[in-house]
Amino acid sequence: MPPAPTEAPAPPGQAVNADAKADAARRLRRQRRLRELGPVIGLVVLCLAGTWLNPDFATWDNAMNVLTRTAFIGIISVGMCFVIISGGIDLSVGSMAALIAGSMILVMNWVAPYVGSPLRAVLVGMVVALVLGAAFGIAHGVLIAKGRIEPFIVTLGTLGVFRAYLTYFANGGAITLDNTIADVYGPVYYASWLGVPIPIWVFAGVALLGGVLLNRTRYGRYVQAIGSNEQVARYAAVAVDRTKILTYMLLGMCVGVATVLYVPRLGSASPTTGLLWELEAIAAVIVGGTALKGGQGRILGTVIGAILLSVISNILNLTSIISVYLNAAVQGFVIIVVAFLQRGRR
Amino acid sequence: MKRRVFSAVVLAVSALATGSVRADNKMVMGVSVPTATHGWTGGVVYWAKHTAAELEKRYPGSKVIVKTAASPTEQANQIQDLHTVNKIDTLVILPFESAPLTRPVGQLKAKGVFVTVVDRGLTEASAQNAYVAGDNPGFGKVAGEYMAKAMGGKGNVVILRGIPTVIDNQRVDAFNAVMKQHPGIKVLDAKFGNWNRDDAFKVMQDYLTRFKHIDAVWASDDDMAVGVQKAIEQAKRSDIKLVVGGAGSKDYIKKVMDGDPVVTADVTYSPSMIADAMKLTAASRVKGTSMAPTTIIPSVLVTKDNASKYYFADSPF
Repeated sequence: MPPAPTEAPAPPGQAVNADAKADAARRLRRQRRLRELGPVIGLVVLCLAGTWLNPDFATWDNAMNVLTRTAFIGIISVGMCFVIISGGIDLSVGSMAALIAGSMILVMNWVAPYVGSPLRAVLVGMVVALVLGAAFGIAHGVLIAKGRIEPFIVTLGTLGVFRAYLTYFANGGAITLDNTIADVYGPVYYASWLGVPIPIWVFAGVALLGGVLLNRTRYGRYVQAIGSNEQVARYAAVAVDRTKILTYMLLGMCVGVATVLYVPRLGSASPTTGLLWELEAIAAVIVGGTALKGGQGRILGTVIGAILLSVISNILNLTSIISVYLNAAVQGFVIIVVAFLQRGRR
Repeated sequence: MKRRVFSAVVLAVSALATGSVRADNKMVMGVSVPTATHGWTGGVVYWAKHTAAELEKRYPGSKVIVKTAASPTEQANQIQDLHTVNKIDTLVILPFESAPLTRPVGQLKAKGVFVTVVDRGLTEASAQNAYVAGDNPGFGKVAGEYMAKAMGGKGNVVILRGIPTVIDNQRVDAFNAVMKQHPGIKVLDAKFGNWNRDDAFKVMQDYLTRFKHIDAVWASDDDMAVGVQKAIEQAKRSDIKLVVGGAGSKDYIKKVMDGDPVVTADVTYSPSMIADAMKLTAASRVKGTSMAPTTIIPSVLVTKDNASKYYFADSPF
């Protein structure tokens, strides 16, 4: 693979040993490219296997089903990618999604008679979801950055808190959206534009935005700097606390967006909503080539990671060659193999 | 003056009332159930509280204390507290898990507490005085028989299973046994939907991609039926004529009652079994009659004709 000369960042100063350095740079680049290709190779192989096992896999409708399903986890993963790059983690996203879903349904049901039309109630609900997501995110960020509590502990705590409140609001049962509102809101999940369902468009939009934010803005560079070495970033006058709070807020808003898309699907939230989403989102980010220790990561890889995870369960559902008891094992093996393909230097 | 006369009358009346049900036996009943974490346990908590009030009214002087626990350990501590602090002489318990609670419950029984175990039997039967449970094989059998009849003995069925557990195995085995008797019916596949709406939605979407003609779906749970129906709606498929859930949630009983074209029946596995257990135990304790060691609450077929009997508007489930 010939190196693209423009890509190589010129090593500052020291022109000694240029040859050896260029060589090392080339090797490093080749390694990185291989690593970036890992998840893609995994996905392609899986898709070929899926088509071979059941030709229905390769249909447009099935592809749209899988991508639409991926949208929730995918959107959350984009936010999670930022948090992990900054050296943090958020275990609460599944519970947060459940609580936001329940709260927005309650608000929509309650507000509908006052605002006049179901459409306006839905708009109010969407705003509530985004505001709640941002508020929860800011709360996490402040506790972590200003309160100096480990992100693992803060979000482990809120994981329990959020779900318990949803269960309390739902009285242990389900919170259901009124039918008139559900009819107006339904198209947000079920409708298509240019033959592609709305959630996929939103997912693509969020991913694109995330990519630009991470790679083309000062904020994105700060996030990476904090993740690779927080002390150095602090000495370099990076506003570490503010950047961290902003990062958790962004993730919270991603959860809000995902919930806005999730609620119209079933029109209800129950204590089992969003169960284990946090692990799926974290897995998508890591499978996509982001280091769990932070410092660097890729949005595109994260998107592919998320798609990869839902393709596995889709293929398992479309076939019956493997005992249903072993589904989780297949998923586990694939995750490990893909992670192996994209392993980096330690 | 007037008030004193009134209270005297009240006293006399209450003395009469307690006298009629053996004044010497004032039961203190402790009820321990898991915290409401999903629809069914939500129903259990609702029924336990509802019945506690009813029993205290029916047997004056008796006390019924309802406690919820979030883990087996918490439940074990809780029943100890019920005995030492609240001085219960009767315990009705829906154990979080059978094995870890067998010893703690056995210890209470050894101290003279009458123990009724609900739904999940203890691993050692000597630790309990009575056992009240739902009928899992019946749950699958009743659903299977109804579906076979409704389909006229032929067609394609897909199954959504719950979580890999003994309960789920018993249900599915009984269902499949009925299907074996109808060679015209083909069970296309059975996959786990984890008693969860979202997982059921995904599994059903993939069934619809995979099978071009499905006549009926045994969702085996009302929560899963919600996801199944949404997936069918989205795919705009009209070949599915029948969706049978299970457990008797109020939304699905309502559908049956209102004559839904696809949801024509439901099968009960009601959380109100805690209420039955409490009532049976209380009656036996206060009146001093003996209680059957095992009571199975049958799983009943609910159709349009009897649905109103199983619809409880106040229940969260």
